[in-house]
Amino acid sequence: MFSTQLAIQVVEKLVPAAGEGRGFSFPPINTILRWKDVVPGINKVVIIAILSALIGTVLFLVASMKDARKAPKGARNLAEIIVEFIEKNIIMETMGKSGMGWTPFLLTMFVFIYLCNLPGIIPFIQMPATARMGIPAFMALLVWVVFNATGIKHQGLFGYFKNVLFPPGVPKALYILVTPIELISTLVVRPFSLAVRLFANMLAGHLLLVIFALLSQSLIQAETMRFFLIPIGVLPFGLLIFLTAFEILVAFLQAYIFTVLTAVYIGGATHPEH
Amino acid sequence: MEALTRIAHVSARVAAELTPAELKANSAAQMAGLAYGLAAIGPGIGIGMIFGKAIEAMARQPESAGMVRTTMFLGVAFTEALALIGFVAFILLKFA
Repeated sequence: MFSTQLAIQVVEKLVPAAGEGRGFSFPPINTILRWKDVVPGINKVVIIAILSALIGTVLFLVASMKDARKAPKGARNLAEIIVEFIEKNIIMETMGKSGMGWTPFLLTMFVFIYLCNLPGIIPFIQMPATARMGIPAFMALLVWVVFNATGIKHQGLFGYFKNVLFPPGVPKALYILVTPIELISTLVVRPFSLAVRLFANMLAGHLLLVIFALLSQSLIQAETMRFFLIPIGVLPFGLLIFLTAFEILVAFLQAYIFTVLTAVYIGGATHPEH
Repeated sequence: MEALTRIAHVSARVAAELTPAELKANSAAQMAGLAYGLAAIGPGIGIGMIFGKAIEAMARQPESAGMVRTTMFLGVAFTEALALIGFVAFILLKFA
């Protein structure tokens, strides 16, 4: 009997009276992802995207102006590390030596996406520009156009679509099943999953950080039962720090995966399977 | 018995105070959690298998570790996409 009365008290306490919320509430998504426009049409995400494009360009321009005959240091050293990473770990692993001509494209893509992801963990900025659908969608569309155009250029219009729709080595009767699947997976699912993967990863990380930051704030700054709540509030704060470190990894990994998949798609369009 | 009627009264009061839009938002929020939970099962198993097999392959042939790692990340990317589409469904249900 006592326990039911306790349950009633808890229920009555937890149920908010009309028009008044109690305790911890999550803000609407627009306050997390959309800021007030600085200038009409230009908000924080746009500024971050423009800045990351500028920083990447300036880094490589400065690096290219240094004397190439001396031992590299500073900006040139950093630029050489990135170029080497793209050539060795992405192009050689997926396209082989013949794909070296794609270094500038993949390098630009990698640096831009990485610099767009990184503000998600920089304090006081804390918004990955790729957590809005616009940038990933446009990048995926660009990749779609590039790999289709490469395929048509290297194999001809007829040859490319023949290789995509009727992959060689499949029994004739199976083409009824294989052709629609290949059509959808190559022309629709590829760009869609490319864009959604980047966008959803960054948005999920951003939401996680927001949730744990709000939770630790509301526990540490609690007005009632402070001696009890503040020690609990340390736990989500510790997890927040851990998740921030994890987000550094995710920011790099997503830029890497986007670039590797682009390389795979372009490589597949250049050299068809026999 | 009296306690049960009081609980019923409380929940009836809650339901009466909610507008239809709020009720819809409530059930959408519940379904959003369910949708993401279901979407995460398969990719969770899949990513575990991919990493396990990749570690096996790297332990057998350490010299092929670079190639295995690239292919592993490709596989993870494709598998993870399913969970992420579930996450997008969650976002659409919860916030849209």
